[in-house]
Amino acid sequence: MEFLYYFDEVFTLWAFSMLLLGTVFGLILGATPGLSPTMAVALAIPFTFKMEPAHGLILLGALYTSTVAGGAVSAILLKIPGAPANIATTLDGHAMAKNGDGKRALQLSFLASLFGGVAGVLLLIFTTPILAKWALVFGPSESFWIAILGVTIIGTLGSTSVIKGLLAGCIGLWISTIGFDDILGTQRFIFHSSLAGGINIIPALIGLFAIPQVIAMFAKGRSHEDMEVLEIKPHPLRKAIREVASSRRALGIGTAVGSMIGLIPGVGGQIAGLVAYDQTRNFSPERTKFGTGHPEGIIAAEAANNAMVGPSLVPLLTLSIPGSPTAAVLLGGLIIHGIFPGPNIFRDYPQVVWPFINSMLIGQVLMCVFGLMIAGAAAHVARVPRSVMAAVVLALAVFGSYSVQLSMDDVFVMLILGTGMYFLERYGYSAAPLVLGLILGPIAEGNFVEGAMIAAAQNGIGTYFFTGTLNLTMIAIVVGSIAYSVWLELKNRQVGGV
Amino acid sequence: MQKYQHAIPAGLIALLGLWVAYVSYTQSPAAAFAFPRLVSAVFVVLAVWTFVKALREGADQDGGFTRTEIFKIAPGMILSAAYVFWGAKFFGFYTGTTIAFFILLSLYDPADHQLAKSWVKRVIITAGFMAVMYCLFALILNVYTPREIWS
Repeated sequence: MEFLYYFDEVFTLWAFSMLLLGTVFGLILGATPGLSPTMAVALAIPFTFKMEPAHGLILLGALYTSTVAGGAVSAILLKIPGAPANIATTLDGHAMAKNGDGKRALQLSFLASLFGGVAGVLLLIFTTPILAKWALVFGPSESFWIAILGVTIIGTLGSTSVIKGLLAGCIGLWISTIGFDDILGTQRFIFHSSLAGGINIIPALIGLFAIPQVIAMFAKGRSHEDMEVLEIKPHPLRKAIREVASSRRALGIGTAVGSMIGLIPGVGGQIAGLVAYDQTRNFSPERTKFGTGHPEGIIAAEAANNAMVGPSLVPLLTLSIPGSPTAAVLLGGLIIHGIFPGPNIFRDYPQVVWPFINSMLIGQVLMCVFGLMIAGAAAHVARVPRSVMAAVVLALAVFGSYSVQLSMDDVFVMLILGTGMYFLERYGYSAAPLVLGLILGPIAEGNFVEGAMIAAAQNGIGTYFFTGTLNLTMIAIVVGSIAYSVWLELKNRQVGGV
Repeated sequence: MQKYQHAIPAGLIALLGLWVAYVSYTQSPAAAFAFPRLVSAVFVVLAVWTFVKALREGADQDGGFTRTEIFKIAPGMILSAAYVFWGAKFFGFYTGTTIAFFILLSLYDPADHQLAKSWVKRVIITAGFMAVMYCLFALILNVYTPREIWS
């Protein structure tokens, strides 16, 4: 119950202001099609530099929570998911809005998000310290395999092609080695003076997540999307609360599926929403009504994608393995504040980590309250033309990257990496494993070098890295996740070919 | 050309992988390149595999670009590159961003270019956005940006 001691830290003027700011902006950004939660958090990191670490993380956490929930607004009113996590919400949400029940759909969505979100954060609060204590037995070899596991699991489960996912992870690991070697000070892969200091994580994250979206907006050209925002008729909140409370099946399935998927690194909210929607439909006696504006469809999808947020931080905080691409960006945010996640995080930084986690709990309530208040207005913000969005995101990316070290080199790196990522994405490579490789590379290398030194004094590298229950378990998970993904890919190809 | 659309990026990545492996295995001290060697070995295998697969499957794979898309992307990318690599420093950050923002907005705005109203709207959006950026970065975050022609 240590977290209770740090609850008052969330209610200091600065911390609560950051929480409010993150929640309101997150809802608006989430409602804007094309601005993913990952990009929103990446673009916000430079603003947190001068803040206290706890305040900066509270802002990022609030953005993460509310962008996921805010994505439901455009999914329901415009039939355009604000984020991939909201794809399942469009199925019944938009149908309900078209039937004239837009307000009801939004109320159901935010109330279900609140329920799922709170359950997810409670899971985070109660499981993280246990996992952290368990992870204390990890030595360099186990930590090395954990970092490799992080890259491979997101590269295989989070990508459409296993080989391309793993290749993107390798590219990320290689990029992380550019610059001076930490131990011997040797220059590595410095083929231009801009790279002498290595690749800074923040400009890289901004470039990899923001620039591809800017170019994707360019690719739509001057075409005008005639997005009609559906009229929102009044609907009593009390009725919506009663409706959500009576949908125990949808809430239960959504929350359970979201929490479990969140705990698996790399799977993400998109899958959580769709799996929960599908399972709720399978168990519902009214399954034929799904897709026509059934409330359980909205409740299950939104409970799941918000329940995923808290648990996705469990492997991040205890093992440095992000549960989702947005959690990977949050890892970057932690590192720039000098906080290195791992088993000792609750011992070394309780004054930062607990207020951050507690703020996510309070943030769920604020997200629901503000979501219900500003949902209609946010949908109009979602109609901001693509040309404006592209120009705004590009300028923010340039200013954000520059402000990290006041260096134009960072801006160049940001644009080059981002442009390269856009082209790679078009050929089936995804940014998430590359980012994971970039972030986990130094952790993997540090532990590899340390392990190699210990191994040299003992029985050799082979024995040190490939024996022991924990090492073998993690190697088995790495191999298993690759094998499972290959099987899944072959199966999908066979289904596609028939 | 369409047939080799996937093979070209896969080939470039394979070349990058080979270069990384070459540098990792030829540079010294070996201890500094131990981890890059490990990474590059896997990198090369996967990259060559992807390249061979791209060659074998040819145009059957999803993704890639159409000529129309390239024509739509090109102006925005050229402008972004000119802004980042030259304009932001030459004109100073705020002036360079204002110019790039306005041109980008005008390039991709679906509103009619013949109407004076749409130009006024673009000017207002640009001025409003730049005012917000100035407040955020110069006044609140105290980020010192290159001034160049204004210095």
